[in-house]
Amino acid sequence: MKLSEEQITRYSRHILLKEVGGKGQKKLLEGRVLIIGAGGLGSPIALYLAAAGVGTIGIADADEVDLSNLQRQVIHTTPDVGKAKVLSAKETMLAINPELTVNTYETWVSAENIAGMIADYDFIIDGTDNFAAKFLINDACVLAGKPYSHGGILQFDGQTMTIKPGESPCYRCIFPEPPPKDVIPTCSRAGVIGVLPGVLGTLQATEAIKYLLGAGDLLTGRLLTYNALRMRFREIPVKKSAKCPICGDHPTITELKDELEAMTVCDLGH
Amino acid sequence: MNLTVNGKPASIAEENPVPVSQLLELLRVEQREYVTVELNGDILDRGDFDGATVKDGDNVEFLYFMGGGR
Repeated sequence: MKLSEEQITRYSRHILLKEVGGKGQKKLLEGRVLIIGAGGLGSPIALYLAAAGVGTIGIADADEVDLSNLQRQVIHTTPDVGKAKVLSAKETMLAINPELTVNTYETWVSAENIAGMIADYDFIIDGTDNFAAKFLINDACVLAGKPYSHGGILQFDGQTMTIKPGESPCYRCIFPEPPPKDVIPTCSRAGVIGVLPGVLGTLQATEAIKYLLGAGDLLTGRLLTYNALRMRFREIPVKKSAKCPICGDHPTITELKDELEAMTVCDLGH
Repeated sequence: MNLTVNGKPASIAEENPVPVSQLLELLRVEQREYVTVELNGDILDRGDFDGATVKDGDNVEFLYFMGGGR
């Protein structure tokens, strides 16, 4: 593949970077990233990956755009209210960069469909809003050996970590089991400052881009936490746990299952 | 004893090592039932909160679930 004149112009600020260059830009164009969730985190992730020229982007979400989403889900606009989020997101991504392939999955991820979905991608990004999905994404990516970025937000706080299965600690190394339902405030009930997913999602998109480029250091073995009120980032080193139920020495999770107890935490969307 | 808790210096009145479960109470840690505790870089088993102890100079992190994303 040779970059066209138009591509050289479009990606010129990337190409100027020695860590990217024409070679790196081609890697991005050949890259395949799946974003699970087209909401607060998914919006900046999808916008930046589209702008960066990640050639194939999958986006999965079963929800429709709601007026209450627009305070933070910046990929959707007021006329999109009522539209499937994945379609709204795809339209915006293609408006930014028409040469991309955008695959939409208008569904929630489940133990049944996730393995097939992630198989086609190089890097997966968790932009979901419930523990059932977060644990499922971790398990599916660990079992399939797919690198992925975990992201979570709540009110003014966010956390993110990149997982390279087999090499770095996974989400279950820190949190072996989901919390019982109804005990942890999440999403719609607890509120979230609108700019927060912009910060966290952009960090996650950065990880995907670096992974595709093979540049720099990934956020592995470190949980990055962010508090917007105090404007403080912290990095907490974490180790792979020998007792991790999925990537430890004696895994008890060997196949995918839905965490039904956690499933109701957010009623998967509303 | 002096500890580092979530990256900041903290001190508790106890001089002898105390079980992690007691530390959670002394520091009034929120969501005690669900918090993950990292002691000197190692994630503790929830079942070890009574058995594992913290001593002067230890580094303790409390890690919380963050389930939002949309």
